[in-house]
Amino acid sequence: MRAFDYRRAHSPEDAARLTQAPEAMLIAGGTNLLDLMKLQVETPELLADIGRIGFAEIIDTDDGGLSIGALATNTAVAIHPRVRRDYPVLARAILAGATQQLRNRATTGGNLCQRTRCFYFTDIDQPCNKREPGSGCGAIGGVNKLHAVLGASDHCIATYPGDMAVAMAALDARVIIGAADGQQRSVPVRDFHRLPGDTPWRDNVLDPGEVILAVELPAPLEGMQIYRKVRERSSYAFALVSIAAVIAVENGAITRAELAFGGLAHKPWHDPRISELLVGSAPSAELFDRAADLLLESAEGQGDNDFKIPLARRALHAVLAQVMEQAA
Amino acid sequence: MASELIVNGRPHRLPDDPRVSLLDYLRHDLGLTGTKKGCDHGQCGACTVIVNGLRINSCLSLAVMHDGDQITTIEGLGTPEAPSPLQRAFLAHDGFQCGYCTPGQICSATAMLDEIANGWPSDASASLEGRFEPTGEEIRERMSGNLCRCGAYANIVAAIADVATESDA
Ligand SMILES: Cc1cc2nc3c(=O)[nH]c(=O)nc-3n(C[C@H](O)[C@H](O)[C@H](O)COP(=O)(O)OP(=O)(O)OC[C@H]3O[C@@H](n4cnc5c(N)ncnc54)[C@H](O)[C@@H]3O)c2cc1C
Ligand code: SF4
Ligand code: FES
Ligand code: FES
Repeated sequence: MRAFDYRRAHSPEDAARLTQAPEAMLIAGGTNLLDLMKLQVETPELLADIGRIGFAEIIDTDDGGLSIGALATNTAVAIHPRVRRDYPVLARAILAGATQQLRNRATTGGNLCQRTRCFYFTDIDQPCNKREPGSGCGAIGGVNKLHAVLGASDHCIATYPGDMAVAMAALDARVIIGAADGQQRSVPVRDFHRLPGDTPWRDNVLDPGEVILAVELPAPLEGMQIYRKVRERSSYAFALVSIAAVIAVENGAITRAELAFGGLAHKPWHDPRISELLVGSAPSAELFDRAADLLLESAEGQGDNDFKIPLARRALHAVLAQVMEQAA
Repeated sequence: MASELIVNGRPHRLPDDPRVSLLDYLRHDLGLTGTKKGCDHGQCGACTVIVNGLRINSCLSLAVMHDGDQITTIEGLGTPEAPSPLQRAFLAHDGFQCGYCTPGQICSATAMLDEIANGWPSDASASLEGRFEPTGEEIRERMSGNLCRCGAYANIVAAIADVATESDA
């Protein structure tokens, strides 16, 4: 690990001020950043530790929703009574990720900002446009089993690896972001992560010196909440494909269908056309096939990851089966 | 800012170099070599210690991030003369072969029993609410962050199940 200065930030503004320079980075739980620093993928000269700035609370909002502080750990969120009762898709997505030891340290902000698991990104001897702009993309034409089938570019085909954000995208949560001058802005989780385009080094819309303060969940939505994660072993592995779904069925017809997909793209994937297609119709295999057609309309395999296209369709059918079972 | 952390009840000065992981600090600076380094990347659980009651991977934490924290390592759980219930059960059930993963397994399981007692769900739980029984399936999922290269899993699960049902009664 390269040498760096370590400072404890005392407030978000303090943290934002400390990290205005590009060589400075925030550290929260450290479970992703320290991993990457050991590999010299990340080489910050200054670490601003936000572990003790507060913002770890989970509180009810005036409109019946829930505000999750950026420093709330994955564990704290997954065991929170309101998350378990009103947002089970979120509790399930978190519990399906990593391990208890990691979730005890991992924070909400850090989880949103976790970096891709692309093997070329994490190996500094390999070309990677995300790590080293202009060096090329080793994964295109290389080993790309984990990579994107939707929204990739000629510059980068990496996926966003996390689970929590996929559930937050289905729930249409918002990320609250603070700056050094105390100004705040808010961005839907659905728009927080970016597609790689020709600037793959930018994972999300955060500017230098911005700090995530909280994630706000809207008032709970009626309906079944499902998180389905397909991975190579039954525990402790990143998603190949995952689906977070909030689906309501009334009198035989779908009245709500908010779906988000993990493992397919550089961001949790949300396509508003799927909801438009599903709402108003009776759930059926034929209908879910049409939803899969829409989802995968522009899907493109890279070789090793071609299997993700039929796998996403099968996972969608498995969600449908769960919906039918629960609706019965 | 406190410049100490408490390990097994004793205060210790934080290292001067912020690069020192909590794992290296425990092993090299304090000589508490019970905590093991397997992968150094959060993947194996050999470095599991209990911080303020929660199990974490000490390899993915900097020692300086833990000023004021209470840390329990395998050395703090019991002694050869007075082993903890889990230490005793691992012996009784042969819950190891080479023993390298064992301190991490035992620290992890110690905290895991509290998590079950506190009603925390896991990915293996059918419902997110209620009481969680320490079934084989629950124990395996909850212990999935602790790998054993010797494959002593069957006996590890048996040892933990023994203590879990004991403390239940
Ligand atoms: C072996 C292993 C398995 C894993 N499996 C899974 C899995 O299956 N599913 C899954 O979803 N995740 C998984 N993870 C990833 C884990 O969830 C992340 O490492 C964790 O969520 C990161 O949170 P942190 O607080 O430790 O972040 P840190 O490591 O502290 O930070 C990560 C990044 O976020 C930035 N950051 C942190 N907080 C803020 C903030 N408030 N505002 C702005 N930027 C911020 C940091 O600057 C850094 O760039 C796994 C990790 C490991 C090591
Ligand atoms: S897919 Fe993206 S992260 Fe992976 S090597 Fe290519 S540019 Fe780098
Ligand atoms: S040494 Fe920490 S998890 Fe392997
Ligand atoms: S006993 Fe050898 S690694 Fe577990």
